[in-house]
Amino acid sequence: MTAKPLGVRVRQNATTLSFLAPALIGIAVFFLYPLVSAVYFSFTKFDLLSVPKWVGLDNYKRMADDPFLLQSVRNTLWMVVVFVPVRIVAAIGLSMLLTQLKRGAGFFRTIFYLPALVPPVAATIAFVYLLKPGTGPVNHFLEKIGIDGPLWFNSPAWAKPSLVLLGLWAIGDLMIIFLAGVLGVPESLYEAAELDGANAWHRFWSITVPTIRPVILFAAVTGVIYTLQYFDQAAVAGSIASGQATVGGGIASNFGYPEGSTFTYPLWLYTVGFGYHALGYANALAMALFVVALGITVILLRRAKAFSGEES
Amino acid sequence: MTAVLDRRAKPLARPAPDRRVRRQNRLAWIARHSIAIALTVMFVTPVAYLVLLSLMTSDQALTSDYWPNSWHPENYWRVFEVTPLPHYLLNTVFYAVSSTTLVLLSSVPAAYALAKLKFRGRNALFLTVICVMMLPPQVVTVPLYLMWARYGLTGSLAPLIIPALFGDAFCIFLLRQFLLTIPSEYLDAARVDGCGEWRTLLRVVLPMARPGIAAAGLFQFFYCWNDYYGPLLYTSENEGAWTLTLGLASFHSVHHVDWNLVTAATVLAMAPLIIIFFFAQRAFVQGITLTGFKG
Repeated sequence: MTAKPLGVRVRQNATTLSFLAPALIGIAVFFLYPLVSAVYFSFTKFDLLSVPKWVGLDNYKRMADDPFLLQSVRNTLWMVVVFVPVRIVAAIGLSMLLTQLKRGAGFFRTIFYLPALVPPVAATIAFVYLLKPGTGPVNHFLEKIGIDGPLWFNSPAWAKPSLVLLGLWAIGDLMIIFLAGVLGVPESLYEAAELDGANAWHRFWSITVPTIRPVILFAAVTGVIYTLQYFDQAAVAGSIASGQATVGGGIASNFGYPEGSTFTYPLWLYTVGFGYHALGYANALAMALFVVALGITVILLRRAKAFSGEES
Repeated sequence: MTAVLDRRAKPLARPAPDRRVRRQNRLAWIARHSIAIALTVMFVTPVAYLVLLSLMTSDQALTSDYWPNSWHPENYWRVFEVTPLPHYLLNTVFYAVSSTTLVLLSSVPAAYALAKLKFRGRNALFLTVICVMMLPPQVVTVPLYLMWARYGLTGSLAPLIIPALFGDAFCIFLLRQFLLTIPSEYLDAARVDGCGEWRTLLRVVLPMARPGIAAAGLFQFFYCWNDYYGPLLYTSENEGAWTLTLGLASFHSVHHVDWNLVTAATVLAMAPLIIIFFFAQRAFVQGITLTGFKG
């Protein structure tokens, strides 16, 4: 590039800045400032009425023996280990099925996708009703075929699997992403493999999976991040299944119902901050979440080309 | 749904398979379509069940029946009369429409700069946008809440709408990915014709970017419509500002026995999204595929 006169450069920079100004202010005010505050607050002790008082590492030490924290971390880990892979496998399965259908693929695709549009709160209500142990149609149906249905959202052992079912129902977005990936696999690869006598299972493992590996990575990373902030469904399922929703959700005593089995990390963070008003400690919890989420984001940034700043 | 996802229809010229293979193929065809139909039933059942419940009497809705003895479509306007649903609905529409409009206005220029203008620190800025997009909102919840409380704005939807004036990371990311697909030659031509950057954006880029903007707008609208965490955090103290999601979650206690009304309200909360989807499928699916990965 040839050097441009100073006046032109200044004008260009001013124009660029005019494009970016709102976003820059947004990032500074609604992200960087609160992030820095959160770091500072995590070393203090205060509530809504008092001024932050420096307490050093007390909040972080407190995390070491907090039984509720332990429980919420366990629940969130369970979701990461089960929820994320199950959803990925199901989304790949559905997209493979859709590519194999010769008739009605468009129709099935739309039907499989639609539940992803249902507001999570509404979907959760639907599932709690559907899975009501006494009167819900699912257990009714199971009874008819001779199976004693579980208590679903009312059982500590089944509440999280019920949330997984809910997540599988609303799998549409992930399915579309995988469908685009699967369709992007060059047809010629399949043809070549078929000539070599590879069967369908073999073709799937040796051609489809390696080609869509970046999509799997993307889905895994965004899935974990999503699970780390999993709040709405857990909060609503707990309060509705317990049958005593606190008005407005508020700070529900029934968060985590039954027996803390749906008590995820964000629920604990929210309860500490806005239920107990232990704002210093809440910020320490937020910092822990920040470190984990950032680490996972970095994995994605290092691997996926689309996320590098280069024009593709 | 969209052209992006419609392919793999061309049959290969192959020697005609023998009878055994043909039979196998037909069996596979039947198996696949049976699975697809079974899955369809499973995907449709929850919504169908809700709709059926919402048409029952409140007594029948408490039983394990799934087919109404008598049909009560009037539940749908009763829920408007006996619950604050109209109020919630109004708040939700206000939140979703204003936030979407403002987010697009503030994000399009930023996305354009990130995609098409050269400036120092562009990569760093784009990485920051991605980090903002990826990090859980709970990380900065407490300081943000304190900030809004200081200005006396908690108890209203203002803390959720005002930030829309300053762009949204996901929206900027999505629009940037879309704008990258517009060839720079068009922009260069406009610049040669003496258009400034703003004019180029408004006259040349905007018309070409319409599908991307539609997708970003839809996502933002749906996000706001479905948002539960935000309204819970900022408005639970003031019922006058509650949105649909918040109302739905608390209906259960207030109208404890009227499951038919609760489900009617739930159906009403999801209906607009599904209707919008059928009008805008293309933009939608294109948007989803844009959010992913690339190679």
